[in-house]
Amino acid sequence: MSNHDQPLEQPLLRVTDLAKSYGGHAACREVSFDLWPGEILAVVGESGSGKTTLLKCISAQLACDDGRIEYLMRDGVMRDIHSLSEAERRFLMRTDWGFVHQNPREGLRMRVSAGANIAERMIAVGARNYGKIRGTAEDWMDQVELDPARVDHQPNTFSGGMQQRLQIARNLVTHPRLMFMDEPTGGLDVSVQARLLDLLRSLVTKMQLSAVLVTHDLAVARLLSHRIMVMQGGEVIETGLTDQVLDDPQHPYSQMLVSSILPV
Amino acid sequence: MTQAAQNAGMQVDQSDVTGEAKAGPDPHYNFAYLDEQTKRMIRRAILKGVAIPGYQVPFASREMPMPYGWGTGGVQVTASIIGPDDVLKVIDQGADDTTNAVSIRQFFVRTTDVETTTHTEEASIIQTRHRIPEQNLSEDQILVYQVPIPEPLRFLEPRESETRKMHALGEYGLMHVKLYEDIATHGHIATTYAYPVKVNGHYIMDPSPTPKFDNPKMHRMPALQLFGAGREKRIYAIPPHTAVYSLDFEDHPFEVQQWEQSCEICGAGDTFLDEVVTDDQGGRMFVCSDSDHCNRHQEAAE
Repeated sequence: MSNHDQPLEQPLLRVTDLAKSYGGHAACREVSFDLWPGEILAVVGESGSGKTTLLKCISAQLACDDGRIEYLMRDGVMRDIHSLSEAERRFLMRTDWGFVHQNPREGLRMRVSAGANIAERMIAVGARNYGKIRGTAEDWMDQVELDPARVDHQPNTFSGGMQQRLQIARNLVTHPRLMFMDEPTGGLDVSVQARLLDLLRSLVTKMQLSAVLVTHDLAVARLLSHRIMVMQGGEVIETGLTDQVLDDPQHPYSQMLVSSILPV
Repeated sequence: MTQAAQNAGMQVDQSDVTGEAKAGPDPHYNFAYLDEQTKRMIRRAILKGVAIPGYQVPFASREMPMPYGWGTGGVQVTASIIGPDDVLKVIDQGADDTTNAVSIRQFFVRTTDVETTTHTEEASIIQTRHRIPEQNLSEDQILVYQVPIPEPLRFLEPRESETRKMHALGEYGLMHVKLYEDIATHGHIATTYAYPVKVNGHYIMDPSPTPKFDNPKMHRMPALQLFGAGREKRIYAIPPHTAVYSLDFEDHPFEVQQWEQSCEICGAGDTFLDEVVTDDQGGRMFVCSDSDHCNRHQEAAE
C-alpha cells in the first residue's frame, strides 16, 4: 500500500471552511487544511477547543454544518465524504480508514478474543479461510509487539498498553491509508506511552500512513507529527511544521502552550 | 393449493364463525381467536416477508392467552393463515405429545374446530417449536416456526438501530467473527442450534433454535416456511424452493451432528436423536426426536 508511486498532485484529505456548532455554541469555525499522503498532522489545543469535534467531522461520524471534506479515493478521485452514501462511508471506515480511540474499550470488542478482534476487518472484506485469517492475526500481533501465543486470550486480560496496541493492529490489518487517532497515548503511564509512540512511529513510516492525530500532549505531537495545528475556541490559531511551531510559536496562546510544558 | 395456502395468498376471508350449525368452534371467540383486522395485518406482514426472503418484518403482535415464550408468534401466524378445511399438526421439539404441542393444538381445536393430526404428510399446516419433521414436506404444506429471538446478530451487537443497518447494507462480517471465535475456543464450529443461514443470497437469518441438523432441510424446501416471534414482534419467511446456505469457513465447512447410536425404539440411523436419562445409575438411551417418524418407522418394521 505504498503511496510512493502516486504523484503528489492532490492531497489525501482536503478540509475547506469546516464549521460545526452545537446549538448556538460554535465548536469548530472555518477550519481548513490539506493532508498529504504519508503526512501526520497533529491537532493540539486545550480541552473544549474543538479538537475531537473536528476529528469526528472529518471521519464522517458527525455531520458538519458547513464546509467541504474531500477524500482522495483509491481510484484517484476526490470526493466529498458527506456526499457518499452511508454504505460507502461505512466501507471506507473499515477498509481505507482506521480510528484509534483514546479508550481501547471503545475500539475493541471486549467479549471476543484478540484474534477475533483482528479478524473482524479481514472477514468484513471477504476473508473466509480460518487458517489464513488466524495466521494474519498472529502476524499482526507480532508486529505490534504482542505475544502471538495470546491470540485466543480476551482483550480484558491485557494491560492498557497492550489493549491499545491490539486496537492499532485491528485497524492496520486492512492496510488503511488514513488513520484518525484520538489521544492514542492518553491514560497510559509514561514508559508505556514511550513504547507505544515508538511503535506507532515505525509502523506509520513502514506503511506510509497518513494520520490526523488529536492530542493535548505536545511531546506526542513532537515525536509523531510532521505538521501541527493549534486550536483554541474552535478556531485554528496557528499552523506550521511541528518543529517550527514548537520552537518558535507566534501566537500568544501557542507561546503559552509551549511554555507550559513542565521541565523535567 | 390448500385453504391455508389460499388464505396466506390474501383470498377474501371466508372464515366467519360457522359454529352454530355444528358442534364447531367455541362461539365466544372469533374464528382462530384473533379478530379479522388483526389477521389481515398479520397476513400483510407475511406477504411482505415472503416477498423479501429472510427479512424481519415488524408487526403489531397481540397479547395471546398464553405467556411469551410459549409460541405466541407462531400461534398468531397460524391463526391468521388457518381455514376451516385445514389439517393442523403441532410439534414441540419433534414430539406431538408434549405440553406445548398439546396446549396449542387444543387452543386451535377450541377456536377453529379444525381437524388435527400427528401424521406429517396429512397436515396442511405444521406449527413447530424447534424442529423440522424428518419426513420431506410438500408444496401444499406450510411450516410455522415459533421464534424466541429473531435477530441473529443480537448477541453480537445489542443495538437494534445498528443491526438493522447491518442487514440493510449486508455487513455480516460479525457473524463470521462469532464462528471464528467458536473454532478458536473449541477447535470446530460449536454452534449447534440457531445456526445462522443466508437466505436467497442476501439476508442472514436465525432459523429459530432448531438444531443445525435441520438446516439442510430448509434449503430449497418445497413447503412455505413462516417464522413468528411474538414478544419481539417480527415475522419472516422463506418461500418454497429458496436457497438457504449455512455460514461456514472454507477450511471449516458446515457439518450436521452425527451419532454413533441409532434410535433404540425404531432403529433409525439417519434421524435427530434425543438423549434420554433413564435412571440415576448413568443409564441413558437415544431415541428419535420426531415422534411421528419414529412410530411410522417402527410400524413399518413390524
